[in-house]
Amino acid sequence: MPLLQDPFGIHGQALKLRDMRSTIIATNMANSDTPNYKARDIDFRALLDGTGNGGTMQMSHRSHIQAAFGAAGGNLLYRVPSNPSLDGNTVEMDTEQSRFSENAMRYQATLTFLNSRIKGIKTALKGE
Amino acid sequence: MSFFHVLGIAGSAMGAQMARMNTVSSNLANAGVAASSPEQAYKAKVPVFRTVFDHASEHYRAGVKVEGIEYSRKPNDRRFEPSNPLADENGYIYMSNVNSIEQMVDMTIASRSYQSNVEVINTSKKLVLSTLRLGQ
Repeated sequence: MPLLQDPFGIHGQALKLRDMRSTIIATNMANSDTPNYKARDIDFRALLDGTGNGGTMQMSHRSHIQAAFGAAGGNLLYRVPSNPSLDGNTVEMDTEQSRFSENAMRYQATLTFLNSRIKGIKTALKGE
Repeated sequence: MSFFHVLGIAGSAMGAQMARMNTVSSNLANAGVAASSPEQAYKAKVPVFRTVFDHASEHYRAGVKVEGIEYSRKPNDRRFEPSNPLADENGYIYMSNVNSIEQMVDMTIASRSYQSNVEVINTSKKLVLSTLRLGQ
């Protein structure tokens, strides 16, 4: 029964990635006035497909500095600003705000999917 | 749950913007203050922000902090006012180097950033709460 083998499908992974992305965008917004801060983001689709590990560096010696940030790994990209500022900061508040609310909305959508999945399983188990 | 960390990140930004508002208000309050020498004259305070990376975490996250308060290096204006009791032996007084317009702009940016971070906290709180209600 595929429903019980993998009850949440891709939504579990998507929820995790949305969660991670929210921190990255919140970090960008917090540093909107820090000189030389470079805004970052992830390629959501590549991470979800599992195809986006191209940039991860392998440590061949234990004294190497870890370059990757956990699950984001080498997929933590730099945002290209449309209006770069003189102090080297590449955060654009309006872009970040829209990305943050988009991410929050999609997170909420994933939650709704999960909720209905759980409800479905419950109904199936009860057999009413 | 990274959303809990979002609260901390946005909180650090709110603190930093608040510190900036404080420097703006003391700069504006002292915009018209005169002194008898360039050394005594009021110098505009400038907060220096720095990104604080959370290296202990495997995830990318960073707050912001006020690393220090620097003083503006703009030369203080000299004004010839022999009748002023603060005037030096040549009759000059030295004004503060605060530019009120710059300060007003800074204040607007600080309050906008503060508001955005409050919104981030509100949204994250809502999402955390609905995640906790998952499956109920």
